[in-house]
Amino acid sequence: MKILQELRDTGRGHDMQALVEAIPYAKFLGVSVDRKGNELTTVMPFRERLIGNPTLPAIHGGVLGAFLEMTAVIQLLFDTSCERLPKTIDISIDYLRSGRPMDCYGRAFVTRHGRRVANVRSEVWQEEKSRPIAAAHGHFLLAPID
Amino acid sequence: MSTVSSAVRESSESDLQVNMTNTEEPETGLSASIGMTEMPDDPSTMYVPYSDDIVGDPDTGVVHGGVITALLDSASGHAVRDGKPRGDEISIATLDLRIDYMRPADPGQTIYARADCYKKTKNVAFVRAWAFHDDPDDPIATSVGTFMLGTRNTPRETSS
Repeated sequence: MKILQELRDTGRGHDMQALVEAIPYAKFLGVSVDRKGNELTTVMPFRERLIGNPTLPAIHGGVLGAFLEMTAVIQLLFDTSCERLPKTIDISIDYLRSGRPMDCYGRAFVTRHGRRVANVRSEVWQEEKSRPIAAAHGHFLLAPID
Repeated sequence: MSTVSSAVRESSESDLQVNMTNTEEPETGLSASIGMTEMPDDPSTMYVPYSDDIVGDPDTGVVHGGVITALLDSASGHAVRDGKPRGDEISIATLDLRIDYMRPADPGQTIYARADCYKKTKNVAFVRAWAFHDDPDDPIATSVGTFMLGTRNTPRETSS
């Protein structure tokens, strides 16, 4: 995969912010990555285009799903060395609370990764990390560098 | 199962405009921003036209899975509401959504999603949906989801 290779060649193999800027839909949703040491937090600042239900108002469930998936993939790429972006096999999203029109934060944890498949879970929260608005877990197909 | 390809060819730009103003989401919300639209006579079928903004893999041009999630979630919601617009009496909230990816979407192609609400109890609706290009029998992804019925749909207070 050119983008991952390019990042590695320029010494930015662990620069998840640079990676996320190269993914159009991540850029469209305004997702960024905040790294402190080896801890990654994804950030999605609120913007009008994220809204699903205008009455409440609430962030679109699909946006939260995308954010959870991106958070999982970013953590996975940080933890493993891949030729190309992992391919989602399946993802299961639990919607816990409606997303308010404010910033979202995400964290993911690679539960297990083998040679070909990884199981990752992720969470998104707004005001309190202990009160996530949604959580997901998914399986991803890897293309590891041999 | 019939394909949507003939219905698709009949849809015109004017249908797109009509549907954009008929959707419940605001013109600045996610649906409008990615051009997610209901089929004129079938609110349980929605589509998103390909655009550079929704790409997930910059090397292949394949659309991001999150767009498929949004399509399946919206189509499922419409199926639960039987196509009626959101109102206090038919307000719902997604409880969970599980999406299985069969194959990558084709770059450059419009993606459709169709949903079927196969069971409704007093509190919960059960929906399955699938995303495809021309052929619903060759899906890009399939999903199952549950929706809570009769949820509050009034503006929340600004203080938490």
